[in-house]
Order: sequence, then structure tokens, then C-alpha cells
Amino acid sequence: MGIFPRFTRLPLVSTFIWSQYSSALTAVGRETSDRALIVSSSQLIQHRCVHSRGSGASPANPGDAPPRSPFSRVTQKDLAFFTTLLPGRTITDPDLLKSSNIDWLKTVQGNSEVLLRPKTTEEVSQILRYCNDRNLAVCPQGGNTGLVGGSVPVFDEIILSTSLMNQVMMFDGISGILTCQAGCVLENLSHYLEEKDFIMPLDLGAKGSCHIGGNVSTNAGGLRLLRYGSLRGTVLGLEVVLADGRVLNCLAALRKDNTGYDLKQLFIGSEGTLGVITAVSILCPRKPKAVNVAFLGCSSFQQLLETFQCCRGMLGEILSAFEFLDASCMKLLEKHLKLTNPITESPFYIVIETAGSNATHDEEKLHNFLEEVMASSLVTDGTVATEATKIKALWSLRERVTEALTHEGYTYKYDISLPVEKIYDLVQDMRGHLGDMAKNVVGYGHVGDGNLHLNITSPSKDPALLAAIEPYVYEWTSKWKGSISAEHGLGLKKRNYIYYSKSSETVALMGSIKGMLDPKGILNPYKLLPDNIQ
Amino acid sequence: MSARVLVGVKRVIDYAVKIRVKPDHTGVVTDGVKHSMNPFCEIAVEEAVRLKEKKLVKEIVAVSCGPQQVQETIRTALAMGADRGIHVEVSGKDYETLGPLQVSKIMAALAKKEEADLIILGKQAIDDDCNQTGQMTAALLDWPQGTFASELTLEGGKLKVVREVDGGLETIMINMPAVVTADLRLNTPRYATLPNIMKAKKKKIANVKPADLGVDVTSRLEVLNVDEPAQRLAGVKVETVEDLVGKLKESGRI
Repeated sequence: MGIFPRFTRLPLVSTFIWSQYSSALTAVGRETSDRALIVSSSQLIQHRCVHSRGSGASPANPGDAPPRSPFSRVTQKDLAFFTTLLPGRTITDPDLLKSSNIDWLKTVQGNSEVLLRPKTTEEVSQILRYCNDRNLAVCPQGGNTGLVGGSVPVFDEIILSTSLMNQVMMFDGISGILTCQAGCVLENLSHYLEEKDFIMPLDLGAKGSCHIGGNVSTNAGGLRLLRYGSLRGTVLGLEVVLADGRVLNCLAALRKDNTGYDLKQLFIGSEGTLGVITAVSILCPRKPKAVNVAFLGCSSFQQLLETFQCCRGMLGEILSAFEFLDASCMKLLEKHLKLTNPITESPFYIVIETAGSNATHDEEKLHNFLEEVMASSLVTDGTVATEATKIKALWSLRERVTEALTHEGYTYKYDISLPVEKIYDLVQDMRGHLGDMAKNVVGYGHVGDGNLHLNITSPSKDPALLAAIEPYVYEWTSKWKGSISAEHGLGLKKRNYIYYSKSSETVALMGSIKGMLDPKGILNPYKLLPDNIQ
Repeated sequence: MSARVLVGVKRVIDYAVKIRVKPDHTGVVTDGVKHSMNPFCEIAVEEAVRLKEKKLVKEIVAVSCGPQQVQETIRTALAMGADRGIHVEVSGKDYETLGPLQVSKIMAALAKKEEADLIILGKQAIDDDCNQTGQMTAALLDWPQGTFASELTLEGGKLKVVREVDGGLETIMINMPAVVTADLRLNTPRYATLPNIMKAKKKKIANVKPADLGVDVTSRLEVLNVDEPAQRLAGVKVETVEDLVGKLKESGRI
């Protein structure tokens, strides 16, 4: 098939060793250092080796790294340039580099030897101009919380970190427009805005670590998308440094501006492959005076959907989040994180958040809604919280599922967009299809947005299980015209599956745009675009 | 057992809220700030509900003193399992100066009126940290007290209370009627579930004035000033050990 031609020309004998305990990480096989994704640990319980031989053998997993492209390697002269430009902020110490070389899920690891921490856009511009001249590959990195291997180097790409670009530049209290550098941590921005009676338009479980620049370059969705929309609507302007060092200033802080092509939309969701975002201006909503959270239990997915419809009707404009998790998720939360289920055990759980400007009005609407769903037995049990501490506790039951899963071994993560009625069908189908091969098959996510997080765990990485899951899950999604990556992006792991959701003409045009903006391909190579385009 | 339990619940600024001092330094800002039930009072209510579930107690009466808004707090107690509520109306200046002495007089009067066998209170409120109401109530009633309770059991008409004290745990046996104050590890309060929240709407909350109980709520204390704690200054980084020693000598620390 035309999609993966490169895999028929693989070099000899590569070894992949996986473990779920990656506390002691060492790179294995330096002689085959051009192969990434090598993680070993002294606490291996079970490991599988996947050997990929030359042509004639079956292709390796499309989610694995391709061979290294012929970029230059970092020399002493390069290091001298960087240390002069960024004194004290050019990191080459392997211990310090470790955490930036591996992703949050500990499934993808690179071998970068240089981490750069610029403070200003001008420094980023000089770095990229130099790297472009020298043909050095660059991996932009924010909070390194991405789940598709897009935020870490694959080989020896220079890591360009935004961690020191954390200044708020301006906040207009009347329009609610915040302008800040790309390295601001989302939670810090939330706290800053709360003092001024505003909030960020997006919220996600990774808020304590993720950078706003990373959120924008991955078009992050999150828990508030239902109410405030996506970043494509709330981001008003961007400052981007292009591959050759040119600074593109589209940092208008205007609600409406129809003057020419809206270039910032190209960079939103481009995952660092078209330019490095250095500043963002974003429209922030007012902080709601009254926030309530209800945690409900439903006995079937059909009833969950009917509850959603009732919710939309009765809560209307005050609804700010509608999330779900299934009974398997609850079991994992109880088992690994010792969280307590506040209500009786049910097959499905819903988290509903309302946010409004009048507590009495909102509570009345919420209570009417709750009475209605209890009386009609759509909901079998539930609890409500109005106080901050209780609200946090209820939200943690949804936000910490990802964390609970990491304790189960190796997790295969799928972030799928589907027609809302079909969401749980996929989970049930997968359970039937995988049978005993998988330890857990769980479903949770932003059901209000039609977004399912399907997670399958096994004690350690299992190629046979992976072969059973993929491409079955992608074909299933494609059949119902869904998206194979609703909000997580493509990164390294899903780049070659793009064709399940986008036509070849579309992808070809993406390639042309990449060629125009980054002719040498130095920005975050091996990510987002499929191998046959890169 | 036909015991009746009185549980005091206080409406305080929510634990997670950032406290601000009023510009005139007479107190903290309470307008428009999120309030909720004092966490130790929640633990007290939970303990009472557990005693009722074990059939050791027949009726739980939740009591709160304050303006109209405290009814929310009483409703939360009702949703957790209390049977009825008493709202002691205190508002305006009287509410601002309401303290443990006045509340304990009110609790004592109510205990007599309602013929209570047991009073459970939180050990202290998170706004004033007084830790006095339980002790004063017991003294006014001349009842035994089991304070800082981390475990409570009924044994043959007496109360066995395990108390958290500085040196560890102290176990005492006290006669009923008694006053118990709840400490953190006594239990983990339950979430009020929807069916109970609905039921709670129908439970009765009686209104009473301090005067009806023969209690004078005038305070004998006057707040002179309320200030924020001093800002913690940022640390200073030094490059070498010599610098560190030098700085310590400079500031007179060594």
C-alpha cells in the first residue's frame, strides 16, 4: 500500500525493549543509536523484542520512529554559539536532559544532547536562523505533557524549551484579552486571571505543567470546550518565529479583524512543525460567580445520552462541562489512587458543571434538572457540590483517570471523535474483539463534545495486542466518519494514520505548505505529517 | 436507644478560598465570598448520622446560629442525615461579634429545652480557631466532655472517647449526657446524595431567637485590628559557600 513505503527499506536488526517501570532509564544499543524508542529498566517484569529486518519482512508499527533524516549533528562550534547566545541556559548535562528527552507517558525517548532555554522572541529567532543555516533539527517543547510523542526529540534534535518565556505581557480588564509569552503555565495564568475576575477559556488535567504555547500549537480541547469553544475561536493573535528565523507578528489583540488571510489558524494545531509560537493573545471569559458540580450515576449509555439532552434543555446556557467515565475507570481510581466513589456503583458516571453569574438562579435550575432526571429514573444516584474543596474532589474523579491508568502497566491510548450515539459502541466492540488479550478496556471523556478517550491496558507492551487493536480501531472510526485524533494531535505516534481521517489531496497540500514554510524540514521533524510526505 | 443528639454546625468561609482583609482592617471580606460548613462540623454531623445508623441514637437535631444564609448549612446537615434543624437567628452587629461564649450559652439552653442526651460539635472553627465552644458548653451544663475525639463508642450507657492529645492517644470513659468535640480523624464525612438532598427539602427547620432562650448575645470583646500576616520575603541565591557564610554573618545569624 502506498502509505508506508519507507518501511520496506528498514536497516537491519533493531531492538525495542519495553517496560512499565521506567524509573531507571538507559539507552540501549548505542551502536544502533539512530533508532529511537529504546527504553529499558532494571525492573523489567516482561518484555517483548520486536526485530525489524530488511525488505521482505512485515513493516514495523507505523507509530514507531522512521530512520533519521540527514540533518547535521551538533558540533563544538554550534555549542559555542549557543552558550554565547544563551549563557547559563544552554543545557548539555545528560542528567538534566533526561526528563526533556522522554514524554509524560514514558513511552517515547530521544537522544538530544542540547536543551536551549531562550527568554525572548529575539533569542528564539536567532536560534532558528542559526539552526536553519546549519541544517540542525529542532524540537520545540512546552510542558512536555503531550500524549502522542510530539513533544520530545526522536533522535538528536535540539530541544527548544519555552520554560523561561513565562511573562504575562498585558491584560485588558475590559475586553478580557490576555497577551502573554508562550511558556506561561496554564494553571499560573488561571491564578493570575482569577485575581482579576477572569478565567482561561480552556482547562485540562495537565494544567499544572502545560504551557499555553503548547496548548495552542496542539489546539488543545479540554474540559471547558463545551462552553467556551476551541482555541481556534478564543486565540485572537499569535507571534510565531518561522524556520528561517523570521518573526511573524500576528499578535493583534482584537476581537474582530478581517484584513486578509487569517495566518494564525495555520499555526494553531500545527504541533510545532510550521513555526515556533512565542506569544499568544487570547480572549478570556469572566469568572463565573457560581459554579456547581453534579456527579451522577446512570445504568446505561442510552440513559446517559438522554440525560445529556435533558441537561442541554434544562440547564442551557449555564452548562459548562459534561464529562463521562465508565465503571472500569472508577475501579481503577479506587484501586490505584484510593479515591472514594461518592455515590452507589453504576455502569456510567457523569460529571456536570454549571457556571453562571447568579447562584440562586443556577441552583434552582440545577435542582429542577436533578429532580427531573431522578424522577424519570434516567439517573440512579448522584451528589452535588457548591464548595470549592468538594468541587475539586468530584472533578478529580474525572481528571485523574489518566493518572490511574499509568499504574496498570502499558496503556494504548485512543482519542476518538465520533457521532455521540456511537461513542460507547466502540468501547464495547473493542472489549468483544480483544477478549482476554487486554487487561482493561476503559472509556471516558468529553461526551458532550463527541470525544471518547478509549484506553486499553496490558501489563507490558504487547505487539500482538497492538496488532489486534490497530488498524481495527482506526477502521471502525473511519467507517463512522470520525476523527482518529480528536484533540491529542498526531505527533510521532499517529502521524501515519492521518489518511484514516483526511484525504490524500488534503495531506498533499499540507505537505506543500510545510515545504513552503520550512523547506529544510528542521521544525519538529518526524511529527504530524506521514512519512511518505516528510 | 432513645437518645437525642444536638449537632452544632457553623457556616464559615470555604476552606479553599483566599482570605482578604477589609480595607478598614476591621475584619475579613465576607460579601460575595463562598461559604460552606466548617469541616470539623461536617465530621460531627457524620458521626451523629453513623450513631443513628447503628440505632444508638433516635433523633439528630442540627443547630446553627447566624443570619438567613446559615439555613443552607443546616440543609446540608439535613441532607447528610440529620432529622430536623434549628436556626437561631442572629444578624448584623450581633453576628459579627458572636463568639464561643454566646454560642455555648445558646447550645446549653437548647440542650435543656430539647432534652438532648449528647452534643457533638466540631473541635474548632476554621475561621476563628477558638476551640472553646465545646468546652464552655460542657461547663455551663455541668456535663462531662470528650474533646478532640478520634473515636467514639457507646458502652453500656457510657461514652468511651479516644482523644488525640500531644503525647498520643488518651482513652476516657464519660457518663451521658455529655459533650463531644470531633477531631479530624474521627471519620470521613459522606457526600450528600441526591435522594437525600431531595428528602432534606421537606425536613423542618425551626426559627428561634436568642432572647427566646434567655441568652444575651452582647459581646465582651472588641476587635481592634485585623491584619494580614507579614509577607514572606523572597530568598536570595548565592554562588559560592563563601558568599553564603558572608551573608549569614552580615545578617547576624552566625
